[in-house]
Amino acid sequence: MPYNFTVSPDFTPDHLSGWFIFNTWIQKQLGEGFHLELYNDFESQRKAIEEGKVDLIFANPYDAAMLVREKGFSPLVKPASKSDEAIIAVNAESPINCVEELQSGIKLASTDDPDVHMMGMIMLEPADLDKTNIEMKSCDSYVLVAKELLRGNSDVGFFLAEAFNDLSSMVRKQLKPLVSSQIQVVHHSLMIGPALADKKDGFRQALLSMNEDEKGQGVLKSLGFSGFEEMDEEEMEFMIDLVDTLLF
Amino acid sequence: MEDMKPEDITGEYQEVTLELYGWGPRKILYSEIESPYPDGRLIVSRTDTKGMITHVNQSFIDMSGYTEEELIGAPHSILRHPDMPPAAFKDLWDTSARGEKWQGYVKNLRKDGGYYWVKATAIPNVRNGEVVGFTSVRRKPSRKKVEECIALYPTLF
Ligand SMILES: Cc1cc2nc3c(=O)[nH]c(=O)nc-3n(C[C@H](O)[C@H](O)[C@H](O)COP(=O)(O)O)c2cc1C
Repeated sequence: MPYNFTVSPDFTPDHLSGWFIFNTWIQKQLGEGFHLELYNDFESQRKAIEEGKVDLIFANPYDAAMLVREKGFSPLVKPASKSDEAIIAVNAESPINCVEELQSGIKLASTDDPDVHMMGMIMLEPADLDKTNIEMKSCDSYVLVAKELLRGNSDVGFFLAEAFNDLSSMVRKQLKPLVSSQIQVVHHSLMIGPALADKKDGFRQALLSMNEDEKGQGVLKSLGFSGFEEMDEEEMEFMIDLVDTLLF
Repeated sequence: MEDMKPEDITGEYQEVTLELYGWGPRKILYSEIESPYPDGRLIVSRTDTKGMITHVNQSFIDMSGYTEEELIGAPHSILRHPDMPPAAFKDLWDTSARGEKWQGYVKNLRKDGGYYWVKATAIPNVRNGEVVGFTSVRRKPSRKKVEECIALYPTLF
């Protein structure tokens, strides 16, 4: 039976093939079979985790607490210098120039990316906005969030900063960012479950030295990462504690 | 942690001595100059179980005006502002001691005598079932909530 590998459903479509290439690389490195299963949304991925169908996951920081504290996962690595940050933006023509000018009853376009949504909601708090006094529309992608704003269907949108910067310059020109988070310590990480625990050290070593050979560099490139950095248990616990304070 | 010094203070200031728990008296110099909370940032610190600072992030350093060296190992009351009612911190410590999360609005004192308001959340750091310290994360507060605290806090002394 191969081990099951999955990736947080918020990966960028451009990197879809990269994850399959990475899966092949893992199998060669560990000499074990891995099956990459991608889920359409966070809900179905969490159900699979619940059912014990995941052994290796590139996880959203929001799910890290559940993976560590309920499912016995532990962190391996994180992508080098790539933290998750959120941007709140409005249509460039909007009279709104800062978060505090947003009024109760506004229409928000967001995605089901749990960490970006959480950071976005925190950045709305200074305007006394919360889920009770906004109207939320959930979109399938950041491009669709942008469209909501361009068409005037929504007043504000939440973006993963990286996704915002990846929008075409024509679209970006029609948007106005109100605030960008600079949290720096919230990021995705590659985590292994109990079934793979005995392979942890060798696996981590292989990941950390990935950018030292041409093959590894090619795989990293297809994922859009410059390399991996070690993520130890204490750094993970710190991130979980931090996310915990933000959910409170 | 030292007494505050006139040469560090910006603008006009008042003087008061606070009795800090587990530390003793500290001379406080404070002004009426408010620093706005930086947009999009979180101010993060960690303490040991006694409230001694063990970790601060760059935003903490920037907002407090102290250097990292001055902060690490100092009691967290280095930020204690005389306008904060002791009841708020008693509630923080009682709540944390029960292993629960605490949230509240806090007026913090800067090294230059000025102040800044935050919405703070403190949680116990549980490792292997044991509380080994606390983490506090501050975010930008709503002005409306701050105004409510400005009216409420003087009544709590
Ligand atoms: C994690 C943590 C964070 C704290 N953050 C602050 C703070 O930002 N400002 C502050 O005045 N006190 C803070 N305190 C409370 C102080 O430890 C202290 O109780 C308070 O400043 C009042 O001083 P006193 O207890 O000596 O009377 C914090 C305590 C903990 C455990």
